Amino acid sequence: MSTATTTPTTAVAGAGAGAWAAGRRLLGLLRPVKWRMLAAVGATCAFVALNVSAPKLLGDATDVVVEGVFGGTFNEQQLAALLVIVAVMYIGASVFSWVQGAVTALAVQRVSYGLRAAVEDKLARLPSAHFDEQRRGDVLSRATNDVDNISQAMNQLLNQLILSVLMLLGALSMMLWLSPLLAVIALVTVPFSTVVTVLIARRSQAHFSEQWTTTGELNAHLEEYITGHEVLKAFGRQGMATEVFTNSNDRLFRTSARAQYVSGAVQPLLVFVSNLNYIAVAVVGALQVTTGAMTIGGVQAFIQFSRLFSQPIGQIGGMLTLIQSCVASAERVFALLDAPEIPRDGTGEDTAEADPPDAGPAEGGPTEGGVTAGRVVFDAVTFGYSRDVPVVKELSFTAEPGQTVAIVGHTGAGKTTMVNLLMRFYELDSGRITIDGEDITGRSRDELRSLIGMVLQDAWVFTGSIRENIEYGRPGASEADILEAAEATLVDHFVRALPDGYATVLGNDGDTLSQGQRQLITIARAHLAGRSILILDEATSSVDTRTEVQIRQAMQRLRRGRTSFVIAHRLSTVRDADLILVMDHGRIVEQGNHQQLLAANGHYGRLYAAQFAGGEETLRAPESGL
Amino acid sequence: MLRGMMLRLLAEHKPVVLAIVLLQLVQTTANLLLPTLNAAVIDDGIVKGNTDLILRLGGWMAGIAAVQVAAALGAGYFSANVAMKLGHQLRQELFAKVQSLSSQEVGAFGVPSLVTRATNDVQQIQALAVLVFTMLVAAPAMGIGGIVLALNQDVVLSGIVVAIIPVLVLIMFVIVRRLVPLYREGQVLIDRISRVLREQIIGANVIRAFVRQAHEAHRFAVVNRGLTRNNLQSALLVAAMLPLIMIVVNLSSVGVVWFGGHRIQAGDMQLGSLTAFIAYILQILIAIMMAMYVLMTAPRAAVCAERIQAVLDTRPAIADPPISRAGLPHARRTPGGTVEFRNVTFAYPGAEAAVLDRISFTASPGTITAIIGSTGSGKSTLLNLLPRFLETTSGEVLIGGHNVKSLPLHFLRDSLSLVPQRAYLFSGTVAENLRIAVPEASDDDLLRALRTAQAEDFVRDLPDGIHSPVSQGGTNFSGGQRQRLCIARALLRDAPVYLFDDSLSALDYATDARLRQALVPLTHRSTVIIVAERIATILDAGLILVLDQGRLVAQGTHTELMRTSTVYQEIAASQLALGGRL
Repeated sequence: MSTATTTPTTAVAGAGAGAWAAGRRLLGLLRPVKWRMLAAVGATCAFVALNVSAPKLLGDATDVVVEGVFGGTFNEQQLAALLVIVAVMYIGASVFSWVQGAVTALAVQRVSYGLRAAVEDKLARLPSAHFDEQRRGDVLSRATNDVDNISQAMNQLLNQLILSVLMLLGALSMMLWLSPLLAVIALVTVPFSTVVTVLIARRSQAHFSEQWTTTGELNAHLEEYITGHEVLKAFGRQGMATEVFTNSNDRLFRTSARAQYVSGAVQPLLVFVSNLNYIAVAVVGALQVTTGAMTIGGVQAFIQFSRLFSQPIGQIGGMLTLIQSCVASAERVFALLDAPEIPRDGTGEDTAEADPPDAGPAEGGPTEGGVTAGRVVFDAVTFGYSRDVPVVKELSFTAEPGQTVAIVGHTGAGKTTMVNLLMRFYELDSGRITIDGEDITGRSRDELRSLIGMVLQDAWVFTGSIRENIEYGRPGASEADILEAAEATLVDHFVRALPDGYATVLGNDGDTLSQGQRQLITIARAHLAGRSILILDEATSSVDTRTEVQIRQAMQRLRRGRTSFVIAHRLSTVRDADLILVMDHGRIVEQGNHQQLLAANGHYGRLYAAQFAGGEETLRAPESGL
Repeated sequence: MLRGMMLRLLAEHKPVVLAIVLLQLVQTTANLLLPTLNAAVIDDGIVKGNTDLILRLGGWMAGIAAVQVAAALGAGYFSANVAMKLGHQLRQELFAKVQSLSSQEVGAFGVPSLVTRATNDVQQIQALAVLVFTMLVAAPAMGIGGIVLALNQDVVLSGIVVAIIPVLVLIMFVIVRRLVPLYREGQVLIDRISRVLREQIIGANVIRAFVRQAHEAHRFAVVNRGLTRNNLQSALLVAAMLPLIMIVVNLSSVGVVWFGGHRIQAGDMQLGSLTAFIAYILQILIAIMMAMYVLMTAPRAAVCAERIQAVLDTRPAIADPPISRAGLPHARRTPGGTVEFRNVTFAYPGAEAAVLDRISFTASPGTITAIIGSTGSGKSTLLNLLPRFLETTSGEVLIGGHNVKSLPLHFLRDSLSLVPQRAYLFSGTVAENLRIAVPEASDDDLLRALRTAQAEDFVRDLPDGIHSPVSQGGTNFSGGQRQRLCIARALLRDAPVYLFDDSLSALDYATDARLRQALVPLTHRSTVIIVAERIATILDAGLILVLDQGRLVAQGTHTELMRTSTVYQEIAASQLALGGRL
């Protein structure tokens, strides 16, 4: 379902059936607010009743005037009485109309709120793999452009649709009462109008689907190209980006213009049909007066009703554009909401991941790092991002509590994948991973992750102050703890130099800081979290070595008594590890400590030699006495 | 702002706009004629009992209705086209503008906000345009036409119609004035929704790792509630508009019957006029309601126009020099890639402390120039001055003897090949990403570049080789793989100057060493500048620049610096400490 909307052609092909389903589902969203909707319908009924009967009384008033002309006696009091009643009815009608509008607005906003919340909630439950396939901009477009479109359209629709339908029924019943013959003439138009609407709607729905799909696509291009604009500039490839963008933009223009004018044709056509009806009523009515079957006041009222009757038909036709556009957007939002989720945790208890809004069992995690000792065992673990291409094969090793495990190997050997599996960002294809003898799938994902502190190479910071970004590791941490973490990880050092210090707000993916500084902040975050298992994945790759030395000391303190996994390219970092796993093409080809592996003179030996051939030995400052 | 923007954009479409106006006038006139003919049916047909006339007038009415539908359909077609063309053009302009902005300028708006502006904000303007075309021509025509016809029927009674207009204007004015600030805030809130979600997508793994989903849900809920509250407030205001207008208009029709009745009694007015009059009042009500729809949309569109215009009005700080391309002193390529910094200082606008402070050095072809220094010492900033991603505050940056500010941007950037610190890849295939550097590169060229970048092995292992998919940002590759793809991309280009911004950080030593080996031939003809954290990476560099807090504290070769620079010695010592060689 999620992929169906990424290409315009499939979206168009499946437009018909999907649109109905999406429309029904959208209406289903109103169920929680059904009482309000009923109130709105009630208010509308009252409004229509008043609005419809007022012209009848106004017609009576006209007859009073007519009587004065033809009968010679002008009953001014009767006229005044009638008109006062009409005025009161009109005022009442407006009050009900306002009530209806307000109640509808409330209902619609609730639905929009719910839709946006559902999208956000969904993002938390999508498997990591989903983000590899779907472009960010398209997801964002669904949450903003599509929901906004639904909200605007529904607001107008619920306001007008109820009103128009009721006006239609009201006018019809009044017409039937006044003159069944004329009412029948008016009714003849209904099948015509329906046929016209259905014929056009069939054509335009596909265009609306395409319009919103293309909007999402355009959003994705924009998001991607603006995010990567420096690369495009560096290589002078704005032209290429413009070409791709223009392509989408052209298509968006064509498809939205088409959607607009095809569906926009409904209203004039319906107006035409109802005009013909109006003419027929006028002519037939006039003839009826000449034969004495109706009064002039009666005909005048009738003509007004037939307008009242044809107006809503035109309006409903005009709303076709809104309905179809709204449904097309709804389809896209629902497609995202229906995307396959991470399998639920096996323990049967609801976790935050399955149900984020209610805090999971361990929001922010147990601050003392859980109760685990931290014995981690990989047992014949095999996994591939796509099933046919395994990235890690038959991995087995044991990390004892308090040990530091270094994972080394060429780039792409599967080191980060191991971390992804331990964190359960991805699920194993076969084999098992246990912590303290318990299968990691036996806990909820959140429980599992609450045991683990992680620092990634891609330093993620969010819009907020530096302080908030550190506190993220342990919500509600005291000022002193935050400061301590910042000092230990040398964040304090550069933050003090900033004019706003810890209150400095990081925006725009944190680009006011250098990559190394961002990495330090994420290390501080993990430091503060203080979990019993620690994962450092190239955590200091962009940090200068003088800073790193100091961090390393801090980390050593932090690692004490914790099982830690370190992925680093610096064999120097690795030397002190209790267990070194040498990976190659998804397998552990060697494991042991530094001395053992060096003695074995295998892969590790070669890596080690390569590094020192690269020169750390020559770094020795001749006179520094190191 | 909105009006100016609309007029500017519509200028190109004058003939079509004219056609729309004419067609709308035709259809509005037709619409107004129908009740007039209807009045004739009553006055001349019914009252005089003239059946022939009734039928003849009926025929006329049918003809007019046919003209009306034709005109309306034509107007609809043209308006849809022009309205969407406006949106198309605005998006195109926005995209072109954003491409000319620097990172700071982009950052000032924020990526999510720029994206919202180019889609959602443009849509609001488009929606308004559709309404304007369908209604703003018809509504005044109907309104004014209604008034004229009413005057024609009975001048005195028309006083009522004229009297209600200021009341209606007042109602609309009061409501619209409150709507504008609400809508302004609303668009900002949409930006925020988008921003939070974008961060959540980018940081998905970190959020999950720290089990902060509930916190994120809360963070989103705050913004979501804000937007909902804002939308609700504006919707409630809009909901009040229609009932208020109806009260005024409907009461006036009551007045018409009352005063009209008296005038008819007095013999000042015909009976048919009263019927027609009520029809006209209805006409005017419809006209006002149509105008109201426009007015409901207009404040939001006006706010959106402001936001779009703000982007379009941004004057990129970094632009092509005023001289024409023909006026360039030299041939297509800068001769040689000697890079020279003369007393360069850089500070962010408004910042007190300079990020780079009076830096001078020369990097020559045939050698590697390396920059080393602590985190935040200004290394990346220095590199960013070369392609003019940032602009020097004072001093000069020269390439091949030319001040970078004197070279046309495309020409300048053509002579550079950059590997950015953030290894950014676009969604597409490996080959497509590499060809960003050189679009016409052959597959062989790509493979050669991949080989030099030590990326050939893992790319070959992919199911579709160089045609394998890359997800946005390159998230389906490991950090080291991403870096090597970015290096391959840069190497594909035959440039006088290569810039590596901490691009080897995610590589293991063996790969790093091999890569540096493979780069050697490159340095024979080009200038290579490498920002690095590890001394091992830059041992062979012909010139090493040591940066400390924005100042160039030492320069020289490794051996020289080991003797002369304490900062460099400290860095070396730290790496030895990391190496545990003591």
